[in-house]
Amino acid sequence: MHRHLDDELKSLKAKILRMGGLVEEQVQGALRALVERDADLARKIIDNDRLVNTLDVEVDEDALRLLALQQPAARDLRFITTAMKISTELERISDLAENICERAIELNEEPQLKPYIDIPRMANWALQMVKESLDAFVSGDSELARRVCANDDFVDDLTHQLFRELLSFMLENPQTITRAIRITFIAKYLERIADHATNVAELVVYMVEGKIIRHTLGR
Amino acid sequence: MLVQLSSMPHPIAIHIHEGGDVNEKPKASEPKLVLRDVNFYYGRAQALFKVNITVPKNQVTAFIGPSGCGKSTLLRCLNRLNDLVEGARLDGTILLDGVDLYSSQVDVTDLRTRVGMVFQKSNPFPKPIYDNVAYGPRLQGIRTRADLDPIVEESLRGAGLWDEVKDRLWESALGLSGGQQQRLCIARALAVKPDVLLMDEPCSALDPIATGRIEELLFALKDALTIVIVTHNMQQAARVSDSTGFFLMGELIEFADTKKIFTTPDDRRTEDYITGRFG
Repeated sequence: MHRHLDDELKSLKAKILRMGGLVEEQVQGALRALVERDADLARKIIDNDRLVNTLDVEVDEDALRLLALQQPAARDLRFITTAMKISTELERISDLAENICERAIELNEEPQLKPYIDIPRMANWALQMVKESLDAFVSGDSELARRVCANDDFVDDLTHQLFRELLSFMLENPQTITRAIRITFIAKYLERIADHATNVAELVVYMVEGKIIRHTLGR
Repeated sequence: MLVQLSSMPHPIAIHIHEGGDVNEKPKASEPKLVLRDVNFYYGRAQALFKVNITVPKNQVTAFIGPSGCGKSTLLRCLNRLNDLVEGARLDGTILLDGVDLYSSQVDVTDLRTRVGMVFQKSNPFPKPIYDNVAYGPRLQGIRTRADLDPIVEESLRGAGLWDEVKDRLWESALGLSGGQQQRLCIARALAVKPDVLLMDEPCSALDPIATGRIEELLFALKDALTIVIVTHNMQQAARVSDSTGFFLMGELIEFADTKKIFTTPDDRRTEDYITGRFG
């Protein structure tokens, strides 16, 4: 039987995907702005954050309307509440991309401390996690979602490794401290992006299986 | 746990949550009605197939399902109302407080006193409001106004109707609004002090405000009663019931906490029904 609600759910899903695509571009752009020391690009990325914010509000409004007017149950209900929460996670990721750009603009005021190697690696992992968690959302694939959650530890390890390396720079030469701290921030932002991707993946597991797995992993 | 941070200049007592399991399950309620392998037939047509269900005491249990799924038939088995249908036959066991309802020792009139029923269409007697409520107690031999008055008042209060009718108790019940008539029928059922109240679509002929009143009433009544309600309105089942059973073509497909049925049902058919994907 055709349901009007199915059309509404489809368009909500499309909106989340549009948001996801935009957020991936924001993170990629932020990384390029950092590595290529492109302040104009950084400012453009910062400006684009409002597009993501607009979509975040739209998703909330659509979801609230569906909850109020359609009284969804079971998997429809889980889909709608998950969409609302995923939208919040994506919006935060975009905020972090904006933060990366702010640090990149500051870093541009001084010579480059060192070639970026670990940061792009971390960024690629984090982006891969964002992408796969959204793929899991689209295809309702809770196996893929669980694999994304397992990847989070790797990004955490890279963050610690990078921090130790930057610490040695700072110990050797206090002149590097400002720059090293800014890069540490960026590593932290990327680690947070991976955390948000993990949250999205955990939400997908709930949506598909009805099981709440967050706050239970790693114990 | 109280921790003294005595090393601080002004010691502060801090309460630390003891932990413990926040997901502790509520204690399992004791069973009121137990159905074991209940099959039911109208002549040669089988209407219920091997139904097994335990209705917990002092809870609201809802039966949902499409028309003809057997939910009303099952409800009517619980006070043997189907005995009146020619050719109707039941096998399996239905226990009320551990006693088999269909054993030859059970007095059916007594059973229907303990297991009251409210129907879809309100059916007050064409008599004064007072007499409607006093009808059952009078049949039980309570005759004097001194004995009947408190029962009538208590029952009407229990049904949330007292304040609206206390000044017109001797007027005809047929002058009441639809919602008031339905609450009068509930008061009439309460007057004989039943243990179980069966409700067959009690709100389907009522407007949303009257429906809301009856739903609120269920919350109040379940302290004293066990309620089984059949409804087509899934939102109503979700709002008022503690447990929900989903029926399809005479079979009980799934029976679980209402919360579970409406968020994460186990059976695909339950899910399809409550999300409106059916048919």
